[in-house]
Amino acid sequence: MDGGVGYVDMDALKATELRLGLPGSDPPEKPPPTTTTTARPTKRSLDEDRAARREPSEGGRATSTRATKAQVVGWPPIRSYRKNSFQAMKAAAEAAGLYVKVSMDGAPYLRKIDLEVYKGYKELREALEDMFKCFEGCKGSEYAITYEDKDGDLMLVGDVPWEMFTSSCKKLRIIRGAEAIRGLGSSQ
Amino acid sequence: MTYFPEEVVEHIFDFLGSHRDRNAVSTVCKAWYHVERFSRRNVFVGNCYAIRPERVMARFPGMKSLSVKGKPHFADYNLVPYDWGGFALPWINAAVRRCPGLEDLRLKRMVVTDDDLDLLARSFPNFRSLVLVSCEGFSTDGLAAIATYCRGLRELDLQENEVEDHGRQWLSCFHESCTSLVSLNFACLKGEVNAGVLERLVARCPNLRSLKLNRAVSVESLNEIVARAPYLVDLGTGSFAVDHHTDAYQRLMNSFSKCKSLSSLSGFWEASPHCLDAVYPVCINLTVLNMSYAPAIQADDLIKLISLCFKLQKLWVLDCIGDKGLAVVASTCKELQELRVFPSDIYGAGATSVTEEGLVAISSGCPKLNSLLYFCYQMTNAALITVAKNCPHFTRFRLCILDPWKPDPVTNQPLDEGFGAIVRSCKNLRRLSLSGLLTDQVFLYIGLYAKCLEMLSIAFAGDSDKGMVYILKGCKNLRKLEIRDCPFGDIALLNDVAKYETMRSLWMSSCDVTLGGCKALAAKMPRLNVEIINESEGSDKLEENISDLHKAEKMYVYRTVAGPRNDAPDFVWTL
Repeated sequence: MDGGVGYVDMDALKATELRLGLPGSDPPEKPPPTTTTTARPTKRSLDEDRAARREPSEGGRATSTRATKAQVVGWPPIRSYRKNSFQAMKAAAEAAGLYVKVSMDGAPYLRKIDLEVYKGYKELREALEDMFKCFEGCKGSEYAITYEDKDGDLMLVGDVPWEMFTSSCKKLRIIRGAEAIRGLGSSQ
Repeated sequence: MTYFPEEVVEHIFDFLGSHRDRNAVSTVCKAWYHVERFSRRNVFVGNCYAIRPERVMARFPGMKSLSVKGKPHFADYNLVPYDWGGFALPWINAAVRRCPGLEDLRLKRMVVTDDDLDLLARSFPNFRSLVLVSCEGFSTDGLAAIATYCRGLRELDLQENEVEDHGRQWLSCFHESCTSLVSLNFACLKGEVNAGVLERLVARCPNLRSLKLNRAVSVESLNEIVARAPYLVDLGTGSFAVDHHTDAYQRLMNSFSKCKSLSSLSGFWEASPHCLDAVYPVCINLTVLNMSYAPAIQADDLIKLISLCFKLQKLWVLDCIGDKGLAVVASTCKELQELRVFPSDIYGAGATSVTEEGLVAISSGCPKLNSLLYFCYQMTNAALITVAKNCPHFTRFRLCILDPWKPDPVTNQPLDEGFGAIVRSCKNLRRLSLSGLLTDQVFLYIGLYAKCLEMLSIAFAGDSDKGMVYILKGCKNLRKLEIRDCPFGDIALLNDVAKYETMRSLWMSSCDVTLGGCKALAAKMPRLNVEIINESEGSDKLEENISDLHKAEKMYVYRTVAGPRNDAPDFVWTL
């Protein structure tokens, strides 16, 4: 197959072109006239994108001048039945409190995890260590994993059976340093 | 042949399975036409507006089984307004009058009301099978009518329909004496069913082989059902959220292990990873597995499950299986024929998704693969060329790169060469969907090589009218062409108007065809219906000062012997 039929290597051409302006800032080229275009009553979010797109385009429109994906009707081509099922499932999963925020003292931002994914406390602990290891000061610093339950109380993770924990946990908090060591019983 | 008595000719025609073959023999001569029309039992109508129902029934008085399709395919993606058409009633009415022996009815993308179902249920004493796919307009009241009046019902198969839940206990309407069910699929219903009623129904239908439950059916109920129906071949579970520490879970595991005939599994709504252990005993026999509604199941658990499924022929999964998971599929499922990978997160690059690597792995590990639907965030020409070389047997190849116009990320080139390789290698390709950055070149290749192609879906592709012309000129067997957001205009549309009479339909939306172009097409081809779907406010009348240069936002063209339809809503203009 001859891949070069009708192609002009626009990239190479453009590279040798003299123009004013910063490198990498190409002005959009005029679309070649195909049919006469007139104003249409219905606005499409993709109108501008298509006009900008009509270059002999091998140069890769790497990133979007386009509207966000969510605005394109009927794209991606997934049956509404499937889309609706997913939205319902996601809503149900999140409403059930399976996704919980995890905060760690001293960390600049929080994380979110899905408790359903873990089989038990050991896995949870490992996952949290992994998630926050970049923030740990010296190795082996003491910390305690606590959670806020349905009543708003701060509880130590690990006392109750796993299923009871996942159904009552609203958010997780990793406490570090002196606070953690103080009177929290057996090491975790 | 014409010297044979009719009974002999008819007997020979019995061996012709496909509609196309029967259509072909009926054009040979008058004698064959007559023999064929009286002996045809299964009638398929690909476009409900291509012919009037009465004419179909008059031609085939012995019809026992009817299949009709309504809305264009892009209606699946919300591109066709709700009340565009595709009504089942004219077909049911005609059958009531002319075909009281009707046994099977299959409707796809049609509007079916509760009254329609009621009429259907009461009118055909031999009715055995109702299959509704992607239909809408009915509720559980309609299902209650079917259950009540179709005494010998064998099959009720509801696939992905929008069904209103009116809370009516429709399942209870199956009479105690109804023991004939072979297949029951109500997975798409949102409402609850009475567990006891369901269990008793299953228990009294000894021939039940296919059962697909909806999300509202609990695991406990599933357990009862599976225990009573160990001969099930095809099972769609209900909710699969169960605490694996409980007795209920143990019982479920035991029940599954007794199902020696189970070869097809789906459902798994709300399944969590540890629940899948219950299914392991049946994996060895599975030929069909649909996990595409279980977003909580991540790659590792999918892998554990799939690595037991040596006989798998058809697999539907979410992209959280990842390339790693697809590699396991490739090494385990040597019998795989059909693979569908759906996106689990359509509004952004998911944490795990699949790439070209997964597809290449599948292609090299699964030599029997012939049908693919693959959603991904990127694809390369090199990968497609490799896939084409590994799998020359594709009959259906649908690739959806989720970002429109996305080029090959490695070379920044369009994907013309990759898709070109696919069409050149897969000589039996019947269905193709394109995506990614594509120029007119890919259409040149398709026109040149895809001689068996029947259905082509194009979105955000091409540079000029030449692209569409290549397709129309080259694809001799093209039946359905659907195009959205491509720079094809009147020149392409009007290039070969006679072509459209050889096709079932053409859809073009958000392209460059103008009202004038569509009018010209309609004027030249009286046996085509050229419909414009106009959704902008305030212009319901075609006559209102709309210039011929005005773009036709949505155009649907189809061949018909029925003339313009009389049930079109105001916003649909038939030119």
